[in-house]
Amino acid sequence: MEKAKKGVEDVVWDFFCSLKLGISTLILLATTSIVGTVLKQGQSIAEYVQERFGRLYPDGSFPPDLTQAGYDKLKEGFESTYRFYDAFNFFDMYHSWWFLALLALFAMNLICCSINRLPHVLKIVREPELTPDDKFYRHLSNSVELTATGSLSAVQDKVAQVLTEKFAAPQVTEGEDGRKYLFAQKSVYARFGVYVTHLSILVILIGALIGVRFGSKGYVNILEGTSVDSVGSREGRNVQIPLGFSVRCDKFTLEYYAGTQRPKAYRSDLVVIDGGQEVVRKSIVVNDPLNYKGFTFYQSSYGEAGNGELRLRVTPRGGAPVEVTGRMGDHIPLPGGASVAVTKYIPSYQNLGPAIQLHLNTPDGRHGSPFVVFKNYPEFDKKRGDAFAVALLDYQQKFYTGLQVARDPGVEVVWVGCTLMVFGTLIAFFLSHRRIWVTLSAEGDKVKVLAGGNGHRNQTGFALFFDEFKKELQEKIS
Amino acid sequence: MTSSLLFNLVTLVYFVGTIMFLVHLSSRSRQTALAANVVVWVGLAIHTLAFGLRWFESYQMGYGRIPLTNLYESAVFFAWSVVLIYLLIDLKYKQPTIGVFVLPFAFMTMNWAQLGYLPDFARKFLESFAASLPNGTFFNFIRTMLLGPGDTIEPLVPALQSNWLTYHVITCFVGYGAFAVACAVSIMYLLRDTKEKRAAGGEVTGLVGFFPPTKVLDDINYKAIMVGFPLLTLGIITGAAWANYAWGTYWSWDPKETWSLIVWFVYAAFLHARITRGWVGRRAAYLSIIGFMATIFCYLGVNLLLSGLHSYGGG
Repeated sequence: MEKAKKGVEDVVWDFFCSLKLGISTLILLATTSIVGTVLKQGQSIAEYVQERFGRLYPDGSFPPDLTQAGYDKLKEGFESTYRFYDAFNFFDMYHSWWFLALLALFAMNLICCSINRLPHVLKIVREPELTPDDKFYRHLSNSVELTATGSLSAVQDKVAQVLTEKFAAPQVTEGEDGRKYLFAQKSVYARFGVYVTHLSILVILIGALIGVRFGSKGYVNILEGTSVDSVGSREGRNVQIPLGFSVRCDKFTLEYYAGTQRPKAYRSDLVVIDGGQEVVRKSIVVNDPLNYKGFTFYQSSYGEAGNGELRLRVTPRGGAPVEVTGRMGDHIPLPGGASVAVTKYIPSYQNLGPAIQLHLNTPDGRHGSPFVVFKNYPEFDKKRGDAFAVALLDYQQKFYTGLQVARDPGVEVVWVGCTLMVFGTLIAFFLSHRRIWVTLSAEGDKVKVLAGGNGHRNQTGFALFFDEFKKELQEKIS
Repeated sequence: MTSSLLFNLVTLVYFVGTIMFLVHLSSRSRQTALAANVVVWVGLAIHTLAFGLRWFESYQMGYGRIPLTNLYESAVFFAWSVVLIYLLIDLKYKQPTIGVFVLPFAFMTMNWAQLGYLPDFARKFLESFAASLPNGTFFNFIRTMLLGPGDTIEPLVPALQSNWLTYHVITCFVGYGAFAVACAVSIMYLLRDTKEKRAAGGEVTGLVGFFPPTKVLDDINYKAIMVGFPLLTLGIITGAAWANYAWGTYWSWDPKETWSLIVWFVYAAFLHARITRGWVGRRAAYLSIIGFMATIFCYLGVNLLLSGLHSYGGG
């Protein structure tokens, strides 16, 4: 072959096509990605300094010999480390210019090497070599030369039989000089598995770009009984994303596993109001969101809104019961100047159901000792024999529900990419395009048998197979 | 719990299996290899039974969930996957010698999972030693490694109540099992390759001499990763699908996600290395070992050393 002098454009092209660039990029992506898992992403300088102090003194207390000057010196050191890392965007590294550049290089490499190799692959698939010369066999990684007795056509039948049994039915071509060329192949479409996988990565990257460009991510807290028509953005502070409809939360419920304090479900009863009409009603839990007009609402957090409202029945010793209402934590006045204060609500007290913890205050303001009252056992507190017996009639706590809101028009594209990737990898791994050529030529009263083959993938596996095939062939024809 | 006693038995069976493989390697007796494989098959059967029993026990306790939800259960399932992949590869390649290097992965994992069942004095010694360690993330990690994960059956937190859990965990961990086998075979490859290069005539004697030829080891390494890589891909995709369904983002660069991607990158590099001149052979074997180390970090390190969304695997 003539060695032409390479132009700059060829050098650049070869660089982007090379497999070594691919391997190097993969290893670089793997090693640099570690940074963002070790350094907490999105940290401010103050949070970073606090975390470093926390790591230095895990018990949360500074040693007594640490002076103010020593503390300042440490702090300054941490701050300069932060600034150093920050110069490389290490605190938002997956969106940094250099990481995105690395991903772009990765994508370029995928595109270039696919463009570079695809015509060659198409040629292999469309126009297989049917009449190879003897030199061709020397270039194959697996080949053998055997001598068979018998007529050319008898040997051809035997070889064809071995090929069909052990491999695949051969295509026979007759040469001008009476030579017989046998060619058999398996899983020719395995050639495309790699390209489908490469394409799938590009499709996923495109889907991700669509999501970044046209999608939005937000969050919102909705107080029970109220509605919202916009949500806060998770990306920029103080940015509101309008929904174009409104969402109301009728009720938030926190369920526990029976007899435990372990949460079983966080449930929000949501209603979508569009154009003044209630259009959708759905009770969402974690792992079961609400979809409407491209927006998805996910159960994410919750909180108590204000103090809960209590309704109690209080029975003075020897007197008639009275009903009082009040808020959690307040001193709720009782007949005769005394008061009661509820300090805690327990939704599920062991196996006894809801309970409150409370104490009584005498008219002159002295606190009594705390005690517990069970909602399901209203007569129980009388046994305590205090000045007042308390029963819990009702407890109402208002909650707000915390929702994550997302709209990502790129997500379908990403799933298409993922599906392609699964099929691509399966084809690429479990199918190997394997080919075997056999050339038969008469030499006196014997037949020279030249056999060779290769697998486009997993050459060692093919070599093991070819060894067996060789033995079988030898046994059959000699 | 009965299942835990069965898991103890499984640990013992894998230990016996490991010893039998060692005997096979030193005596070169085919019968011992056959007997060792029978022992491992029996171990896998008991292992599967114990897994099913633990599932049943969770129903008896009123929770009713697949036992794939915490560190203990994942460790037990990882050991199961390693053994399963080994046995499947053995069925196809009939190279029981690799059992010597593969089975310890399963045995050690089970051993760690069952640390709670040590005799009292040993347990007390470990506990007092662990209690004497200072605070901090790193020492908490050491503590977990010393004491093992607790084996209590707990109800599912709301975040895990999804069918995706089953698909996600099974694909990931069977993939991890395949990577463990690949790593074991790569170590054998490097040992044998080093000896072959040193030996004058290429003839290797001693224990290493009874290893399968490097060509075969390289092939098994590739085959194991060929099984593991699509499973890891599926594991990442099911995880992304689940995250999208539960949180509204399929990818948030959470440490667990990022580390699974790192593992994916390393094995992708391995797969390309095998078809590149200068990278085939030793470098591919090193990549396979690095890949498995990254896998272990993705599994244990992320949960115990780093913080993120995936915290339920930590206890």
